[in-house]
Amino acid sequence: MAEPILSVRRLCTWFHQDEGIVRAVDGASFDLEPGHTLGIVGESGCGKSVTARSILRIVERPGRVESGEILLRRPDGSVVDLVKLDGQGREMREVRGGEIGYVFQEPMSSLSSFHTIGNQLIEAIRLHSDMSKKAARDRAVELLTLVGIPRPAQRVDSYSFELSGGLRQRVMIALALAAEPRILIADEPTTALDVTTQAQILDLLRKLQAEQGLAVILITHDMGVIAEMADDVVVMYLGRDVEQGPVETIFHDPAHPYTRSLLQSIPSVLAEPRSRLRTIEGSIPHPYARPAGCPFHPRCADAIAGRCDRSLPEPTHLGARHAVSCFLYGGSGVPALPAGLLERAE
Amino acid sequence: MTAEPQTILEVEGLRKWFPISRGLLRRVVGHVRAVDDVTFSIKHGETLSLVGESGCGKTTTSRCILRALTPTDGAIRFRTETGEQVDVAKLPKAGLRPLRRQMQMIFQDPFSSLNPRMTITDIIAEPLLVNGVRDLETRRRRVRELLDLVQLPAAYMNRFPHAFSGGQRQRIGIARALALNPALIVADEPVSALDVSVQAQVVNLLLDLQDRLGLSYLFVAHDLSVVKHVSDRVAVMYVGKIVELAPTADLFTRPRHPYTEALLSAVPVPDPRRRTGRIVPLGEVADPANPPSGCHFHPRCRYAVERCRVEIPALRPMADDHLARCHLAEELNLAGVQEGHPPATT
Repeated sequence: MAEPILSVRRLCTWFHQDEGIVRAVDGASFDLEPGHTLGIVGESGCGKSVTARSILRIVERPGRVESGEILLRRPDGSVVDLVKLDGQGREMREVRGGEIGYVFQEPMSSLSSFHTIGNQLIEAIRLHSDMSKKAARDRAVELLTLVGIPRPAQRVDSYSFELSGGLRQRVMIALALAAEPRILIADEPTTALDVTTQAQILDLLRKLQAEQGLAVILITHDMGVIAEMADDVVVMYLGRDVEQGPVETIFHDPAHPYTRSLLQSIPSVLAEPRSRLRTIEGSIPHPYARPAGCPFHPRCADAIAGRCDRSLPEPTHLGARHAVSCFLYGGSGVPALPAGLLERAE
Repeated sequence: MTAEPQTILEVEGLRKWFPISRGLLRRVVGHVRAVDDVTFSIKHGETLSLVGESGCGKTTTSRCILRALTPTDGAIRFRTETGEQVDVAKLPKAGLRPLRRQMQMIFQDPFSSLNPRMTITDIIAEPLLVNGVRDLETRRRRVRELLDLVQLPAAYMNRFPHAFSGGQRQRIGIARALALNPALIVADEPVSALDVSVQAQVVNLLLDLQDRLGLSYLFVAHDLSVVKHVSDRVAVMYVGKIVELAPTADLFTRPRHPYTEALLSAVPVPDPRRRTGRIVPLGEVADPANPPSGCHFHPRCRYAVERCRVEIPALRPMADDHLARCHLAEELNLAGVQEGHPPATT
């Protein structure tokens, strides 16, 4: 196992609101290996996007990274903890967009409609290098070619609103690659796109990763996209990583009751026509009504009374790279704080 | 022996063109052919799905059927409770009201389709009130029945929409649609805004309600996996036209149109062992204001021949209820998806 390029350890990102504290990310840990694609999957409110924003240190107020470590390993072997950096500071600004590129879901709102895509690319290139304007423009055309935009020499002067959703997402990827990052974070990069466009963008991401040796964090709610793209998978539920392992293990030998039920409830093109789906009881709890103990226990068919509702399971290793946080597999737990205590302590 | 079920809806040669006007005098310079010669029918108790990518005209078709839009041309024959056929396309506005009771709509976004200032009772009872059910107690009784039907506790009757999750809101929307005992439900992307675990519950609910109440569904969706779970027959649309229409199993296993083949292969399958070669159509969806000559799909089609560039193909019968709009439908041996349950459900 290669040394991880990025390690997230017991990350907690909370939102302090008048009604109480929303623990969007509450103790998530995972490693990203160089050249690998790590898929983070989960339903709304599981904290997958906030995790990405925490790594980039762009969590918006009233949210903040409460505790934990985000360790970025540099090629020279040094390690920097991004949590300790000032989110707006120079060093973090060089990491963000420099060492770590990012692509978000909304290609419409992530691009400026007042500047040509060429100028936006040139700005991004020159921010992280001392290239001349002329050289940066050539590099911009090169980047547009790289991401498969037809007629890049002309398109470099167009505005984002003149492009289709698929092309805009390609421009976003070109922007993310402008400073030759080693890590790319893609948060739901294809969710707003049609299925044939999605296929094109996924193929592009795969091609770029192979060519540039990128490490990718791919965040999505779509198990199909994960199955196709990821080497390793982290399954999140209510701010915690409930299970993680190689993609093959997660899909063919899942351990956590949530992972198993999630996989069974996905509709599939391979299913019998008009067949009912397996369901998970109940729905995702409201962020202010977080269950005590294991966050999944109220919806879990295998919950152990007196244990799962009392304490929080710690990760148990089932294989070298397969870990699950569930009492069904033994393992230790930390007693859960009575609901509300933390909020009062604040 | 039961008699062949009657058709509840026959759509024939439906067209909806939106004018494009330019200049000071707003002269009409062209048309967006959102729906261009669409023909299909739905039998009692059947689900027909309309699938396709953004801009293919599936939503415009469904809105014409409900006369939320007035069609440019064509007939929409609806069989009423009394058994007579009425052409919805030609009816004056005043004549529509008794029909609207019999065809209802379920919307995509459960967050914007419910009035935040009305209680659940008022929302569900509004169609009753509009249709002359004056007695409050009768309305409340019916609301209780409907909540029971969509599996929501009657205790929620006096709450406001904000207190409900996305899945619960969608159930409220379904209850409202069922209030007047409609025969036909038009559901426009009813589960695409929901999380996987909740989506499965709503898909099952729609299937159960159909069995219990004998409803007919026109199901508009872009997600082929969900479509596989709910449909008896599927119509694939591309740039305003139906390119293929067939029974569900047939369409998925033996597609006869290259666009259907490409769509099916673009769907990510939730199984890492099935990372097979995809057939990604080239380029982008054609512009319905300026569609390509001949077959609208030819610029993206990998099988296209000279004839496809010049001659518009007709929607022709292949075998058992299977229609396809392709010159080469008989010769091509297109790939579908393999039948069988996804391994994840073992």
